[in-house]
Amino acid sequence: MNFFTHVGKYILTLKGMFTKPENAKMYWKELMQQCVDIGVGSLPIVIIISVFLGAVTTVQSAYQLVSPLVPLTAIAQVVRDSVMLELSPTVTCLVLAGVSGSKIASELGNMRISEQIDALEIMGINTKAYLIAPKILSAIIVIPFLVIISMMLAIWGGRTAGELSGIIPTATFDRGLQEGFSGFNLAFSLIKAYTFAFLISSVASYYGYNVKGGALEIGKSSTSAVVVSCILILFSDYVLAALLL
Amino acid sequence: MIRAVNIKKSFGDKTVLHDISAEFQTGKCNLIIGASGSGKTVLQKLLVGLFEPDSGSIFYDDLEITSMGDEERKLLRQQIGMLFQGSALFDSMTVEQNITFPLDMFSKMTREKKLLRVNEVLARVNLKDVNKKYPGEISGGMKKRVGIARAIVLNPKYLFCDEPNSGLDPQTSLLIDKLISDITYEFNMTTIINSHDMNSVMEIGDTILYMHQGFKEWEGTKKEIIFSKNKLLNEFIFASEFLQDAKEMRMIEAAKIRG
Repeated sequence: MNFFTHVGKYILTLKGMFTKPENAKMYWKELMQQCVDIGVGSLPIVIIISVFLGAVTTVQSAYQLVSPLVPLTAIAQVVRDSVMLELSPTVTCLVLAGVSGSKIASELGNMRISEQIDALEIMGINTKAYLIAPKILSAIIVIPFLVIISMMLAIWGGRTAGELSGIIPTATFDRGLQEGFSGFNLAFSLIKAYTFAFLISSVASYYGYNVKGGALEIGKSSTSAVVVSCILILFSDYVLAALLL
Repeated sequence: MIRAVNIKKSFGDKTVLHDISAEFQTGKCNLIIGASGSGKTVLQKLLVGLFEPDSGSIFYDDLEITSMGDEERKLLRQQIGMLFQGSALFDSMTVEQNITFPLDMFSKMTREKKLLRVNEVLARVNLKDVNKKYPGEISGGMKKRVGIARAIVLNPKYLFCDEPNSGLDPQTSLLIDKLISDITYEFNMTTIINSHDMNSVMEIGDTILYMHQGFKEWEGTKKEIIFSKNKLLNEFIFASEFLQDAKEMRMIEAAKIRG
């Protein structure tokens, strides 16, 4: 299948979601379930990655900013802005593309291969609306929260690493965090988080929903979903930076 | 009654169904038989609306499904039950949740009434003490029965079964066949079964449609099939020597009766 066929099918898959729910209560239940799966399910890995991202950024910034002319508070500013502008939204979402994206693709792929999607269709349920829409919506709800949690933990990790390694005292770090803070950076970070959340969930759903073949194809579609999501995340990361910064 | 009129279907350059017309009667087990690749699964998927025909029409009583909008089709589908070849049970749900699912989605019953209905259909398919089990914890025959229970929980008018006996031992196959035919007569449903199991054909096939390479090759009843002169049909149903012997014996018996 060529690129344009994929894009066309992707758009048609998303278009098919917009119908009146057969039973709003069941859709709500599915949405909550997906929020738990994507949000709570990914929280441990997000916590671990974020703390170490912040810690490493502190140590490496201190290593590079060795001039006596550069105040210590600059380390905190570098950590804060790196984490907010790039590390938390982008790296967290790249990891989520692997964790949640592959889960979504393989779950839908398995449902397709084992005819569970056909069974839902026969019952008179719009499977795109019932299976895909809650996944995309829950990702859009939950992933920005994960990114915010990641930012806080990364900054805390950087602060703790600075104190433990004797690079920067916590009081100086805290002062540095407040210097030259721009609220737009937070807004930019959230714009990225929403964009990446949509990409991760919709691309994974597209690949999973349209699987053809057997168990081997489920694995292939899952891999394709992760690879394509990662490429789109990085591409849109550049586009957003070029447009908004 | 379900009626297919001049159905054609192709995938790419390959035509898999050539101008098929057939009638599937209410209150009867209508079997579609044929070798693998003969087009019977495609025909069933067209009948149920999972595929769209390239040309031709499909009628459910007087309603033409091929010209229906999505919303009309959704309403019609609530009157359709289907048993899939692999049962297609939702593997993250228990047996009870699987059967309750259509009720949750389409009925306004109370929780207690839903449970009563679930237990009623489970009893109808001779299953007990499986409510809290997951599909992965029950046997293939039980999965089929749960699939039937889920298919009939909304009292459908039409029942489709795709290879209901595949992967089952002969004894369980007979039980599933009997169950499907009993349910068909009991609820006066239009049942369409895809099969290549000759036991099923002879046990429950009230009407039989034989497909060969995308063409409707023969149709009739189980009484007629044994005396059919159709070469392709005979090659298909009497493929084994055992059945060939059985056929010869039956022909001799029939000749004796006729005097």
